[in-house]
Amino acid sequence: MRAVTAFIAGLVFGLGLLLSGMADPAKVLGFLDLAGAWDPSLMFVMGGAVGVGAVAFAAARRRTRSLLGEPMQLPAKTGIDRRLVAGALLFGAGWGLAGFCPGPAIVALGVGESKAVVFVLAMLAGMGVFEFVERRRRPARTAAAH
Amino acid sequence: MTIAWTSFTPWLSLAGGLLIGVAAAMLILFNGRIAGISGIVGGLLRPARGDVDWRLAFVVGLLAAPLAWRAFAAAPALHVAASTPVLVAAGLLVGLGTRLGSGCTCGHGVCGMSRGALRSVAATATFMAAGFAVVFVVRHLLGG
Repeated sequence: MRAVTAFIAGLVFGLGLLLSGMADPAKVLGFLDLAGAWDPSLMFVMGGAVGVGAVAFAAARRRTRSLLGEPMQLPAKTGIDRRLVAGALLFGAGWGLAGFCPGPAIVALGVGESKAVVFVLAMLAGMGVFEFVERRRRPARTAAAH
Repeated sequence: MTIAWTSFTPWLSLAGGLLIGVAAAMLILFNGRIAGISGIVGGLLRPARGDVDWRLAFVVGLLAAPLAWRAFAAAPALHVAASTPVLVAAGLLVGLGTRLGSGCTCGHGVCGMSRGALRSVAATATFMAAGFAVVFVVRHLLGG
């Protein structure tokens, strides 16, 4: 059952990305290009998503179990540390280079865009590099399912 | 600053954003999970028993969205200007950065901001600033 709801959530998420125009890197880069002809559409995507999300997360916070009885796994970290900022800087730089972030890139893969294949493979490699370095730095941590 | 009125789509983007919010709501309320694509995919690279099925199902849902879309409308046009070397560099940066910073546009930008998490507000401000800076350099200083 939980795979069914996750599938539907992924499907709706993808349709939202397509409808909003955010699956198209040119549109995302139009938002990131403040000095050119600026396309503020991404602000409206975030506004709509956060509007609905705020209601859902307010409800989620009052529960210890999900509607399917799964444990509520809300992030526990609250501090703003160097890893967060460094990671966000690297991600933002990559986002600005190609106009792809992870969700839209996977949707573009589903569209059959060959350039998305290159991006997603490189993204998986980048994630693999992170896993490799983490495992070498903290071997104990990977033993615990995270 | 000039607004690109011809490409600006406030209503469609707002509607798409609402759908994204509904999807994030579904995943937290039914599955108890954050709809962060980088975290969901990243978790597949270190699979833990009993934690793989919902991640795969979510990704398959994302991949299936364009197929569902085509049942009702014309295939969406995507414009990828980046060359292959740039795509590789961008992909590596996005993969590494989202895992190191524990989130991307959806995890921090949508879910984190929805929770009012200061950490996510900081991450979102940071990756947007980096994105603005890189596009400025590429388009206006290098003239690419």
